[in-house]
Amino acid sequence: MVADPNPQLKPARRRMIKILLGGGLLGSFASFIYPVLRYLVPSPVAELGGDQVIAGKTGELKPNAAKIFRFGSRPGLLIRNSDGSYRALSATCTHLGCIVQYRSYLQEIWCACHNGLYDLNGRNVSGPPPRPLEVYEVHLRGDDVVVSLKREA
Amino acid sequence: MFVALRNWIDERFDWAGLTAPLREKTVPYHDLSYWYFLGGITLFLFGIQVCTGILLLLYYRPSATEAFESVQYIMTRVQFGWLVRSIHSWAANLMIFTAFCHMFSVLFLGAYRKPRELTWISGMLLLFLAMGFGFSGYLLPWNTLAFFATKVGTEITGQVPVIGHGLKVFLRGGEDVTGATLTRFFGFHVALLPGLTVLLLLTHIALVQYFGMSVPPAVEARWKALPSEARQMKFFPNFFLRELMAWYIALGVLGALAAILPWELGTKADPFAPAPAGIRPEWYFMFMFQTLKKIPAKVWFLDGDVLGILAFGVAGILWLLLPFFDQAGSRRGRRLVLGAGIFALSYIITMTIYGYMAK
Amino acid sequence: MATWLNNGFPRSLILLLTIVCVCVCGVRAQAPNTCLDCHAALDPPLQVTQAQFSQDIHAQKGLTCASCHGGDPAKADMDAMSKAIGFRGKIKRSQIPELCGHCHSDGAFMRKYNPSLRTDQLTQYKTSVHGKRLLQGDTKVAVCIDCHGVHDLRPASDPRSKISPLNVAQTCSRCHSDAKYMQGYGIPTDQYAKYTQSVHHEAMTVRGDLSAPTCPTCHGNHGAAPPGIDSVKNVCANCHVFQAQMYDKSTHKVAFQSAGLPGCVVCHSNHDVSRPTDAKLGTGPEAVCMRCHKPGDICDQARAKMLQDLTQLDGAVKAADRMLGVAESSGMEVSEARTEQDQARDFLTEARVTIHSFKTELVEQDIQAGLKIAAKTQAEGRAALAERDRRRRGLGLSLGIILVVLLGLRLYIRQIENNTGKVETAELRH
Repeated sequence: MVADPNPQLKPARRRMIKILLGGGLLGSFASFIYPVLRYLVPSPVAELGGDQVIAGKTGELKPNAAKIFRFGSRPGLLIRNSDGSYRALSATCTHLGCIVQYRSYLQEIWCACHNGLYDLNGRNVSGPPPRPLEVYEVHLRGDDVVVSLKREA
Repeated sequence: MFVALRNWIDERFDWAGLTAPLREKTVPYHDLSYWYFLGGITLFLFGIQVCTGILLLLYYRPSATEAFESVQYIMTRVQFGWLVRSIHSWAANLMIFTAFCHMFSVLFLGAYRKPRELTWISGMLLLFLAMGFGFSGYLLPWNTLAFFATKVGTEITGQVPVIGHGLKVFLRGGEDVTGATLTRFFGFHVALLPGLTVLLLLTHIALVQYFGMSVPPAVEARWKALPSEARQMKFFPNFFLRELMAWYIALGVLGALAAILPWELGTKADPFAPAPAGIRPEWYFMFMFQTLKKIPAKVWFLDGDVLGILAFGVAGILWLLLPFFDQAGSRRGRRLVLGAGIFALSYIITMTIYGYMAK
Repeated sequence: MATWLNNGFPRSLILLLTIVCVCVCGVRAQAPNTCLDCHAALDPPLQVTQAQFSQDIHAQKGLTCASCHGGDPAKADMDAMSKAIGFRGKIKRSQIPELCGHCHSDGAFMRKYNPSLRTDQLTQYKTSVHGKRLLQGDTKVAVCIDCHGVHDLRPASDPRSKISPLNVAQTCSRCHSDAKYMQGYGIPTDQYAKYTQSVHHEAMTVRGDLSAPTCPTCHGNHGAAPPGIDSVKNVCANCHVFQAQMYDKSTHKVAFQSAGLPGCVVCHSNHDVSRPTDAKLGTGPEAVCMRCHKPGDICDQARAKMLQDLTQLDGAVKAADRMLGVAESSGMEVSEARTEQDQARDFLTEARVTIHSFKTELVEQDIQAGLKIAAKTQAEGRAALAERDRRRRGLGLSLGIILVVLLGLRLYIRQIENNTGKVETAELRH
C-alpha cells in the first residue's frame, strides 16, 4: 500500500467525513425507528378473528327486515325477526351462487335468479336449490350484533 | 456530555479495566479474513429476528381460529406491518443460510481444531436450534402450505425407532396437527428455543472471545516461517467498522427483499381439505426431504424412511464430534474432515437443487 | 342360563329354530307367487326373472303377478291361468292406462301405500296428446309401461329409473327421435338431439343439477303436450321469473302475441337453448334482434345502445380484475376489492336480465351501478399499486441512507488507517 504523502488529512475533509458518517448513521437509525414507532400505534380498525364479524348495530334494522353483510369473503344475510331477535345465514344460494334476499311480506328467503325459496331456518323448500343455507350464530355485544360460525359441540 | 457520563461510570466501575480486553482485541489479517464476518452476520440477523419477533408478538394470536387472520391483519392493517413481517421471514432464511456458510467456512478454514472443539459443538447445537426456529416459526401463520409441511415433517419424526411415536405426539401436542400443535410450536418458538439459544450463544461468544480468532492452517504455516508477515487488525475500531459495513449491506438486502419480494400469506389452513400437490419443506430441510423420497421403500430388512432418518441422525452426531477426527498433528485427520466437508456441501447443494427441480 | 348358552349344541339349535321361523314368516309376508317359477325360464316376451321382479316397486310393496294379470298365483300349474278365475293374460295396450288407473286413481287405495302420491295421472293422461290419440285407436303412442317400465318398475327418485330426471329425456327420445316410428305424425324428430346441445342438458349432466329442466319440466309428464304458443313464456317463467316479468311489461309481448309467435322461443329457441352471449345483441350470425328489425330504425338504435352499455361494463370489470391481478402479483393484499368485484359482476348479470324489458334506460341503471363499483375496485387496485410504489420509494430512500453510511464508513476507515498504523506485526495469537 502506497503511503499517503499527506497522512494527516485536512481538517475540512475530516469534518466532512464525520458529518457524512454521523449524519448517515443518524438517518439510518431514524429510518429504522420511524416504522417501528408507527407499527406500535394500534390501527383504528381492530378486526376480530376471521370466524366472527360485527354484522351491524342493534337498532339498525327494524323488526321483520334484513340486510346483507360481509362475512370474511362471503356474503351473509342478517334478519331481524318480528319479535326483535336476530338470525343470520349465508347469503350464497346453494344452486348457482346468487345472493339471496329476504322477502319480509312472505317471511321467507328468496333467490331471484331461478326462483329458489328457503324458510327462515335456511332449509331449501322450493325451486332448484339442492341444499339448505348455512346458519350462523348471532350474539349481541353492547350495541354490536356479532355473527360467528356455528361452534361444534 | 459523554465525558460526564464516562466519569460517572469510572467512579463506580473500572471501565478502563473492564473494556481493556475489547480494546486490545485483534483479529488476524490475511486474505481469508473476510470469512470472519459470517459469525457476526448470523448474530446480527438473530438480533433482527428477536426485534421483529417481539414486534410481531404484539399483534399475533397463536390459536387456530385467529392465527391466519392476525397475520393478515399485520400485513394489511398495521402500519409497516408488512415490513416487519417480511423482514422477519426473510431474515429467518438468511440467518439459516449464513449459519450454514459460517459452519462450512469454519470447517474449511480449520477453526474447529484444538482448542476450539467446544466452540464447534456449541455452534453446531446453535445450528440445530436455528433449524428448530425455522420449523416452528413456519407453522405460525397457519396457512395451507405450512400446515401440510408440518404434518409431513412431524410424520417423518414419528418414524424414528423406539422414541419416534412419543416424539411425534410431543411435538404435535396430540396424534394430529391441530390448534394444539400451533400453541405448542408457538411456545417453542418464542420461549423454549430463545432461552436455549441465549445460553448457547453466550457460551459460544465467550469461547470465541477467550480463544480469539483462529488462523487457517495454510496462513499459520506461512506466518510461522516468516513471522514478519503476520498481521493483526485491531477489532475496535477497524474490524468492527468493516463488520458494520457488512451489517448495513445485510440491512439493505433485507429491506429490498421485504419491499420487492414480500413474503406470501397463502390461504388459511383447512385440516379437512386434501393435501395440495407439491407440499415441500423450506429449502434448509429440502436435502433431507429429497433424500428420504429417493430411498427405496425397503432396504434389506429396514424400512427406507427409518434408514434415512437413522443415517441423518448418525451423520448429525458425527458432525457434532468433527473436531475429534482432526487431532493436532494428524494430516490424515485434516484430509478426512476436508473430504467430509466437501462431500457434505456438495450433497446438500445437489439434493436441494434436485428437490426443487424434481417437482 | 348364560353358561348353558355357551355350550355348542344349544346354540346351534336356537340358530336353526330362528332361521326356520324367519323363513316361514318371510314367506308368509310375501303372497305366494309361483308364476315366476315357470316364467323365469321362458323366452322373451314371456320371460320375467326373479332378479327383474325383485327390483319392481310393486313387488316390493307386496303385489304379485295376479294383481295386474289376474289368475291364481298360489297354483303352481297351468290352472293358475284360467279365465274362469279372472286371468287376463297379456293386457291390450289400449287398456293399460285404465288398468294402472284402477289403483293409481283410487285415492283411498293409494293412501294405504303412500298418501302423498298424486292420483290424477290417468285424468292428466287423457288430456295429453298420447291419451287423446290412444282413445282414437292409435296404439303407437306411449302408454304407462312405455315410460315407467313394467316388471322392473322403479320410482322416479331411483337414478336407474327410466323416468328419473337424469334419464327421462332419453326415454322420450326412444320414440320421438325415431324418424321411422314417428312417420306420419308431422312433428320433428330432432328435439332430443337439440336438447343435448342445450345449457339445460349441460346443467343436468355436467353440473349434476337435478333441478335442471328436462322434457317433462316444460311438457308435463302424464299430460304431455307442447305448451302452446301463448304459454311457452309461462313455462319458462317458472324459473326465469325476472326475465318473464320484464318481458310482460315490454313491447315485445304484444307484438309477438299478435304475430302468433311464442314468447321466449323466438330468441332463445326451445330445445337447443344455448348459453346467451352479448353477441345475441350484436349484428353477427348469432344476432337475434336483426332477424326482425331493420338496421337504423329506433329499435336497432336501442339494441346498439344496450350492447354498448354491456360491453362497457364488461370491459370495466375485466380492467379492474387485471389491475387487481397486477397488485396481487406485486405482493399487495386486495382480497376485499376482489369480493367487491363480485358485486360488480352481479350488476352485469342483472343488466343482462333487464334487457328483457327492452328499455335502454332500465339497462342503463344497472350498468351505472356496476360501473360505479368497477370504478371503485379499479381505484382500490390503483391505490394498492400506489402503496407499492410508496414502499419502493421508501426503500429507495433507506437504501440511499445506507449507501451514505457505507460511504462514510469506508472513508472513515481509510482516514483512521492512514493516521494510525492499523496493521501491527504482532505475535500469532492462538
